Amino acid sequence: MALHEILSPLPGTFYRRPAPDAPMFKNDGDTVAVGDVIGLVEVMKQFNEVQADAAGRIVRFAAENESAVEPGQPLAVIET
Amino acid sequence: MAARIGKLLIANRGEIAVRIIRAARELGLRTVAACSDADRDSLAARMADEVVHIGPPQAAKSYLNVPALLEAMRTSGANAVHPGYGFLSENAAFAEAVEAAGHIFVGPTPHAIRIMGNKSLARETAARAGVPTVPGSDGVVSSTDEAVSVAAAIGYPVMIKASAGGGGRGIRVANDEAELRAQIVVAQAEAQAAFGDKAVYLERFIRRARHVEVQILGDGERVVHCYERECSLQRRRQKILEEAPSPALDTETRERLCASATALARQVGYRGAGTLEYLFDDETREFFFIEMNTRIQVEHPITEMITGIDLVREMIRIADGEPLSLRQEDIAIRGHAIECRINAEDPDRNFMPSPGTVSELFWPAGPGVRIDSMLYPGCAVPPFYDSLLAKVVAHAETRTAAIDRMRRALGELRVEGVRTTRLLHLSLLDEPRFHRAQFDTNFLEGWLASRQPPAATPR
Repeated sequence: MALHEILSPLPGTFYRRPAPDAPMFKNDGDTVAVGDVIGLVEVMKQFNEVQADAAGRIVRFAAENESAVEPGQPLAVIET
Repeated sequence: MAARIGKLLIANRGEIAVRIIRAARELGLRTVAACSDADRDSLAARMADEVVHIGPPQAAKSYLNVPALLEAMRTSGANAVHPGYGFLSENAAFAEAVEAAGHIFVGPTPHAIRIMGNKSLARETAARAGVPTVPGSDGVVSSTDEAVSVAAAIGYPVMIKASAGGGGRGIRVANDEAELRAQIVVAQAEAQAAFGDKAVYLERFIRRARHVEVQILGDGERVVHCYERECSLQRRRQKILEEAPSPALDTETRERLCASATALARQVGYRGAGTLEYLFDDETREFFFIEMNTRIQVEHPITEMITGIDLVREMIRIADGEPLSLRQEDIAIRGHAIECRINAEDPDRNFMPSPGTVSELFWPAGPGVRIDSMLYPGCAVPPFYDSLLAKVVAHAETRTAAIDRMRRALGELRVEGVRTTRLLHLSLLDEPRFHRAQFDTNFLEGWLASRQPPAATPR
C-alpha cells in the first residue's frame, strides 16, 4: 500500500461538485479508477476536469471545495 | 435622492475598474477600489484613492459578496457604488440593498433591472413599445394544422423548437408548409424521446443573423441613443471584435432601429446607460429585439469614439441626480471605430486560458488609438477571473482607415509573459470577408475552424 497524490494541473479554483446543487464527484473512502473525474479546476471561467492518474481508494481530499489552488498542489491523496 | 455622490466605490476589477476610476476622477470624486486578495497589487488598487479588501480571490467570496461590499461602503464612507459589468451589475437585489442602506447605485432602478432581466417581461415591454421581437408561436403548438396556420403568420423558414430543449438542442428547420407538415411529427417524437416532453413551439428561423445593439442613456424621464454597435464576430457567444457603426445598416434602417431602442427604454422610464440587443436579418433587412443589458458594456469605447460622449461619466452624473445634458439632435456619428479584445488565451491551443505574469509590455499609441487595460509591466494576470487583458480601439474617418489603423496598432502592441489573441486579430483584419463586412454570428467559428492547422498524423 502506497500513498499517491493527485496534483492540480492548473492554477485556479477547485470544485468537488459538477454544479453547486449536485453531489460530490468523489468522497473520502471511495475507490477510483484511472481516468475517474475527482473534481474541476476553473481557470478564467473555463472548467477543466481533474482525473485520477492512479487507481486506488481516496484517503482524503487535500484541497477544499471552491478553494484557490496552484499548479502542482495536491488535491487528493489516494491509497494505491 | 438629496445627497450627492462624494466618494465612489468600484465593485469590480480589471480594466473596467480602471475605466470607472478615470471617469470619477475627472468629475472630482474620490474613489475606493474594492479588491479581492488576488487584486491587491492591481492597477485599480494602485490608482484609486483608497482600497478596501473584500475577500478571497474567488468571485463568489469577493466581487459577488453583497455583505462584504456593503461593509466596504460603510468602512470607507463611500456613498455610491459603480458595479461595472458582469458580477453584480445586473443584480436587482444588490441595487436594492445599496439603496436600502441609503447609498446611490450607479445604474438603473432595481425595478428596471428586474423587468428587463426577465425574458418574457422584456418581450411584453417591447410589444407595448411597438418594438419587433422574433416572430413566434404564442406558446406550444399542439396540432399540425395549428402549426401550419401559425407558420403562415410568422413567415418561413421556421424553427420547430422543443419546449424542454435548450442550448441549440431539439431544433428543426422547415422551409415551407410541406416540410413543416413532415418535420413537426418527427420533431414531437424526438422531443418526447430526448426530453420526455413532446411539446414544441415555432419561431422564425433567421439564416444569416447579425448581432447589432443600440447604446442608450436615460435620466428616468428623457432617453437618447448613441447609435449602434456591430457585434456579430463571436466565439461561443463571446464577442471578439466589435465595430461602430454597423456596416450593414443604411441610414433609414439605422434611424428606425435606434428610435425603437429609445421607445423601449422610455417605456420603462430608464435611468442610466443601457444596451438593447437586436438580431438583424441580412436577407429581409428586418431587426428584432432580443434583450436589454442594464449596465455599461465591455465594448462601450467604440461608441464613445464615434460620438465623443463619455458614457461612464454620463452614468455617474445621472446617478448623481443630474438631468441628461445631451439632446438627440446633438449626437452624431463621426467616423468609424473598431475594438479588438486582447485576451489571455492561446488561439493555437483551442483558446486555452493563459494566466501568469506580464514580463514585457509596450502599448501602441499615435493618432486615433485608445487602450483600455489594467496591465502594467510585472503585473499578475490571476486565473480567477475572465481573460480580458486589454481593449485596443482604433478610430478613423472611414471603416477602411480604421482597419488600417488597427492593423498598425496591433503591430506595435507587445505583451509578453502570457499568450494573447493579438495575432488572431491580425489574421482576422486580413480576411477579405471581414473587409467586405460579409459576416453573421456564425462566421467567426467557421472561419476559426477553417484555419486550424491539419491534425497531427497519429504515430
